[in-house]
Amino acid sequence: MRELSLNVMDVAQNSVRANASLVKIIVNESDKDDILEITIEDNGCGMTEEQVNQVIDPFFTTRTTRKVGLGVPLFKLSAEQTGGSFDIKSQLNKGTTTKASYKKSHVDMTPLGDINSTVEILIRCNPDIDFVFTRKTDINSFTLDTRELREVLCDVSLDNPDVLEWIKQYLEEQTQIILGGV
Amino acid sequence: MKSLAELQAIRDRAKANLDLRKENPNAARIYVGMATCGIAAGARPVLNAFTEEIAKRGLTDSVTVTQTGCIGICQYEPVVEVEIPGEEKVTYVKMTPEKAVKVVNDHIVNKNVVTEFTIGAFTK
Repeated sequence: MRELSLNVMDVAQNSVRANASLVKIIVNESDKDDILEITIEDNGCGMTEEQVNQVIDPFFTTRTTRKVGLGVPLFKLSAEQTGGSFDIKSQLNKGTTTKASYKKSHVDMTPLGDINSTVEILIRCNPDIDFVFTRKTDINSFTLDTRELREVLCDVSLDNPDVLEWIKQYLEEQTQIILGGV
Repeated sequence: MKSLAELQAIRDRAKANLDLRKENPNAARIYVGMATCGIAAGARPVLNAFTEEIAKRGLTDSVTVTQTGCIGICQYEPVVEVEIPGEEKVTYVKMTPEKAVKVVNDHIVNKNVVTEFTIGAFTK
């Protein structure tokens, strides 16, 4: 993967397939501490302890269309190649939390990339699922919570084109602020 | 700054012109393969190109762009399937944002399948 945001899109898709109704994506970044942490947390069907041990194996997948499952292994690799760490915690019928930590200055660090696009696509393609996206830097943080948006929107769907445009611009604005732009 | 008040205005507007698209049985569907293989091969810019082109042409009520998983032909990713009601499903392979624009123009708008981008043309 060329960007970590693509790994996030890929792994968040596992949450969608696990029938989660709420998916939280947290990107916590600190230049001061030279660390970037990505957490993907869902309330989906979860996995057994045995399955948790298997998902990091590229030759394990629950799918039947092919024999390999590279989503989680690639995400794990991206973190570990920077001297970071990777962890999955899961409880059956409760949900799964995946966390990857990166050493930002490492030569093998993959850029985070366009994480906003990832969030927007996830909302666009799964308008019935709630997403909470939090991004934090040394300067500040912001959160986009589709549950809050839904309250305002009543029965207007999140994948309404105008709503998606609002989300996109909101993410852009907030990102600029926490990256110290403007 | 984007505010929730603005979102409220969007809601009121959307309610005023009723939600046509939700119940539109004739909507064309564009499925972009977005499993690990698709994403790694560049499916995201392809999906963005489709949604942008559809929005630009004001087709958001009659065309739905959505993602799908891996359909087992990872070597041809990014794979895109176009389904127009009443017509045969078309599978496009090795897609790019540029090809996406052409598919919207030729296939979605003018109903001419872009044969040279289809899986049939690639596997010959």
